[in-house]
Formats: sequence, structure tokens, C-alpha cells
Amino acid sequence: MSAPEKDIISPAGYRPAPDLFRILCQTASLLTVLMLGWIIYEIIESAWPAIQKFGFDFMSTSAWVPNRERFGVLPFIVGTLASSFLAILLAFPLGVAIAIFLSENFLSPSIRQTMRFVVEMLAAIPSVVYGLWGIFVIIPIVKAFGDWAVGTLGDFPLFSGPAYGNSLLTASVVLAIMILPTITAISRNSLASVPKTLREGAYALGATRWEAIFSVILPTAAPGIVAATILGLGRAMGETMAVAMLIGNSSRLSWSVLSPSGTLAGLLANQFGEAQGLQVNSLMYAALILIGITLVVNMLGEAVLRYTQKQTAGIR
Amino acid sequence: MVVVLVDSHTQMKLTSKLALCLSIATSFATTGQAQQISGAGATFPAPLYQRWGVEFNKVQPGIQVNYQSVGSGAGVKNFIQGVVDFGASDAAMSDEEMAKVAAGVVLIPATAGEIVYAYNLPGVTGLKLSREVMAGIYLGTVKKWNDPAIVKDNPDLKLPNTPIQVAYRSDGSGTTYVFTQHLSKISAKFDDEVGTDKSVTFPVGVGGKGNEGVTALIKQSPGTVGYVEYGYAKDNGLSMASLQNKSGNFIAPDIASARSTLSNVQLPENLRIWPVDPEAANDYPIVSFTWLLLYKKYSDPAKLKALKEFVTWSLTDGQSFSESLGYVPLPEAVVEKSKAALATVQ
Repeated sequence: MSAPEKDIISPAGYRPAPDLFRILCQTASLLTVLMLGWIIYEIIESAWPAIQKFGFDFMSTSAWVPNRERFGVLPFIVGTLASSFLAILLAFPLGVAIAIFLSENFLSPSIRQTMRFVVEMLAAIPSVVYGLWGIFVIIPIVKAFGDWAVGTLGDFPLFSGPAYGNSLLTASVVLAIMILPTITAISRNSLASVPKTLREGAYALGATRWEAIFSVILPTAAPGIVAATILGLGRAMGETMAVAMLIGNSSRLSWSVLSPSGTLAGLLANQFGEAQGLQVNSLMYAALILIGITLVVNMLGEAVLRYTQKQTAGIR
Repeated sequence: MVVVLVDSHTQMKLTSKLALCLSIATSFATTGQAQQISGAGATFPAPLYQRWGVEFNKVQPGIQVNYQSVGSGAGVKNFIQGVVDFGASDAAMSDEEMAKVAAGVVLIPATAGEIVYAYNLPGVTGLKLSREVMAGIYLGTVKKWNDPAIVKDNPDLKLPNTPIQVAYRSDGSGTTYVFTQHLSKISAKFDDEVGTDKSVTFPVGVGGKGNEGVTALIKQSPGTVGYVEYGYAKDNGLSMASLQNKSGNFIAPDIASARSTLSNVQLPENLRIWPVDPEAANDYPIVSFTWLLLYKKYSDPAKLKALKEFVTWSLTDGQSFSESLGYVPLPEAVVEKSKAALATVQ
């Protein structure tokens, strides 16, 4: 018996030549990290004059007066958070409900497949189309609702008047529709990947479908649903065009969801084209804050995700 | 032998199709050696400049003009960096900006626009706004449509007891600059509380992105008033208020009243001027030029020639397209001065 050929694989079991695939992957991942670092560096560099001038007061004052060189983004931070959370509030129940419906066998697979496709198609609609659609469809509805709400619930600060068509509520409703496919698609995947044995076990123990969904299937899929929500929230915060067209872009703070508001992304989109001097620096500072907020939200999301994974580990 | 019978109508159709094919073929053939001119800047005159590009290409197929509407600020930046052949700006250029251009700058007023108070009040037409009310609305001190200050000038109109919803431009724009410049001039309080800039913070109202955004706001909610360029208001059939000018007359916004304002302007040497608060009896109060920015010296003689031809054509034949697009054609005197300035470009 002759010894096996040794020119391909070294005695250690490795190819003697450098592992090109590994180098490729390492370079790609390194480039991604470097790119992010570079972007953040550039933003900090151009924001520096504003950071020096305003410091942390930038985040706690509500003034955006370019001609007086007074800048503060508190209303835009509040608007970014409020519109995104309101959107999640609307999209989460709807999205999870659709996901359950699409992952259970209520309908024949072909119809479910079609519906799933339709929901995912929502993600393919360009943002500016959502904006236009919002202007012509959602604004009149929200305005009518707002006029009614001010009349009946007006004493409650959230619905104090006057009601505007371009408002926080309008932007949130459209954002909710925009993030619906994200929440639905990922939740559905995690619901569909709940082991069949668990499902069957629940039924074998005499659980109704309702009980099976709520006490076995949903908790098992919880980490995936949480991840879906975080992704949705991230998308809502960064969304620019549709929000800029619908939210009213006001730099005044208000409790009412029916008054115009503003978001950081919208502010950047609106003002960057014609900005100069300190205004550019301040816009960059605002961009830095937006990155910061997104980072914090993602980290919180990650923590919640780990917590749910731990809590539900017993079931899996 | 086949006899082909073609009636004269079909024949005509065929010839016109053939002509079309030929013209397409020639236009492809000429693109190869066409002289390209690129410009960038203000969004407000963009529809007109782009139309000029198309129409001029029909007259002079050898020259292609590309205009990108990136905004006045970005237009000036591009012009200073030298990445375009000409710039365009609603705010002209400041002395500081002009000093940064080594080749020198020639400002050429190319067209003009007027800014109107467009409103949506069903059943109310011919609204008149006094100077005090014009500022008051944007300061939030005039809050209702039947405010005594408005009723005083409109005794015949049935004004509703509803709140005035105010719309403004949320994006930085030359329109806001010209508008706030006028209000600051006529109201000390406005100057003090809001001031002049491409984007300002009004104490009231809701912001729309672009002229089209503000137009949508006005169209959708009865009781809304906003400032937009005349062309947008006209195209969308919005009602426009007559505004009180410095001599106390209420002037309806149209091309004639804006031209009156422009022909009374005394242009300075550098052609950079805003008729901030015109004085003549029939002048519409809020009118502004918009400028083309050219270098004083071009190194490429072919490009220089093409650019000069384009600008000359724009100032003469091109002006006939202004009115249908909602812009104000330049008065003869301004055209002459612009041409003289163009002659200094080498």
C-alpha cells in the first residue's frame, strides 16, 4: 500500500496555501467595522464646532433658530422617540396577529402564501410613495378623527386641539404600516419554526387552539418576536422621507399627538441642502445623537432579547 | 405587379414617422460631439431652466444644457468648488462667497418670482391683507379669520369664526428667505422675533416640505394660509390674497403687478438686489429675482461660446416660456443690463 498523496493537504490537515476564503471574510467584516468608524469619525469632526459651543445643552433646549445661531434638538429627540414608539404600539399587535394567522392552518397554504407575499410587498413600496399616500389618504382621516377627538377628549392633554392633518399621529400611522412587514415576516418565521412536537404535545394534553397559541407557541417564539419589534423600531426611527412629508416639521414641544412635531431624520432631510456654517455643524451633531439613540435602543433590545431567551429556555 | 394604393393621409403619417425616425437618428448622431454645459442650484427656477435646456437644444442641437436642482446653497457650494459650468441661486452670492472664486463671478438675473399668500377658505375670494395682518398671521397674533384687523379691510367678505392654520416651508429655501426678508422689513416685531433666513422658526403653524408640500397643506385643510411661489398657487387653483404695499394699495398677485415691481428696481453694478419693500403705487410687494452664477473667465473657448449662446437665448427668446410656468418675464431694462454683464464674461 502506497502512502496517500501529501501535496494537497499538509500533515497538520491544512492546505499549505493561505486560506483565501478566510482572508476574504475577515477583510469584508473588518471593512464594515472600519466603514462605521469612519462615518462616525467624519460626523464627529464636522459636528465638533457645535459640540464645543452647545455641549449637552444641545439635547435639552428646544430652539432651532438658524438665523440667530441658536440650536437645540430636544423637540426633535422627543418627536423621534414618540413617533417610533407610537408606531410600534400600533404595528406590534397587528403584526403579531397577522403572523399568528399566517403560521397557523386557518386557511389553505396557497392563500396563506399569497397573503404573506402581499404583506411582504409592503416593504418594497418606496418611502416617498408612502409619504404621498399619507398626504392624500391618511391626513384627511386623521384630521377628521382629530376634530372629533378634540371635541370629545380635548381636556386630555394627548388630544388637545387644534387638530392638524400633518401631525405626530399621522406620521405614526404611516410608520406603523411601513414597519408592519418587518414585524410580520420575522415573527411569522419564528412562529413557524416552533417545533411540531411542542404543538402536538399541547393538543395531546387537551389544550384548545387558543391555549396552545398563547401558552406554548407564542412564548416559544417570543425571542424572535422581540427581535422583530426591535428591527421595526430601528426602521421607524431612521425613516426620513415619509415622516418629513407628514409630521409637520415643527420645533415646538407639545403633548398632543394631533399637533405637528418633528424628528431628527426629518430635520436633517429638510435643512441640510440649504444649511451653512454653524447650522451644518449642528445638523451633524443632531445626526450623531440619532446614531446614539439608535445604538441605545438596539442595546436595550439585545438585553430584552437575551432576557426572553433565558426565560423561555425551559420551554424549548 | 403589385399596385400599392396609399391615400394621402397614410402617406402623411408615414412621412411624419420617417421624419421622426430621422430626427431621432440625428439627435443620437449629434450627442457624440455635443457641447455639454452643466449647471446646478436653486430648486425654485428649476422647471424653467430645464425647459430652457430642452427648448434651446431644439434651436441649437449642438449644445446640451443639464441643470440639476440641488438647492441654492448646494448650487453655490458646487459653483465655488468649480464642479459645474454655472450655478444658480435665489440668494445670489454673498461678497464673502464671491471672494472664494478665483476666476471671478458674474451674477445674471435670469428670471423672477413672486411669493403669494395662498389660502383655503371656501366661498371667500378676493381677500385683502394689510401689512399688519401679513406679519400678524405669521407671528401668531392674528388668530382667527374674523379678527377685526382682517375684517376691517374686507368689509364685504363673510369671514368665518375659525382659527387661522398657518403653513410654512420646513426645508431651507430661497422662498422663505425672500418672504421673511419682506416681513422683517414691514414689521419690527417680526424682525425681532423671527428674523430673516432660508429657514426660520415661526411661532405658529405647520411645516410642509417644498412648495408642493405647502400647497398640499393649504389644499387639504380649509382655514389654512401659507406662502408659496405664484406658479404653484396658480397651477393648483389656490385663492391668493391681495397684499398691501408700501404706498397703502392692495395689489393682487399676477405677472403684471410683479413686472411693475421689477421695472422700478434700480439695479446696482453687480446686479444683486432685492426689491424688499417696493414703493410705487402698483408694485406687488414680495417679488425677487433669481440669479445665474457665471465665472468671469472660462478656459475652454468652445464651452464659453456655448454658454454665452445659451444665456443670451434664455434672456431673450427664453423669457417667453416664463409666464406659462408661473415665472415673471424680466423687464427690457433688466435684460439689457444682464446682457451687458454677460458680455464681460470671457
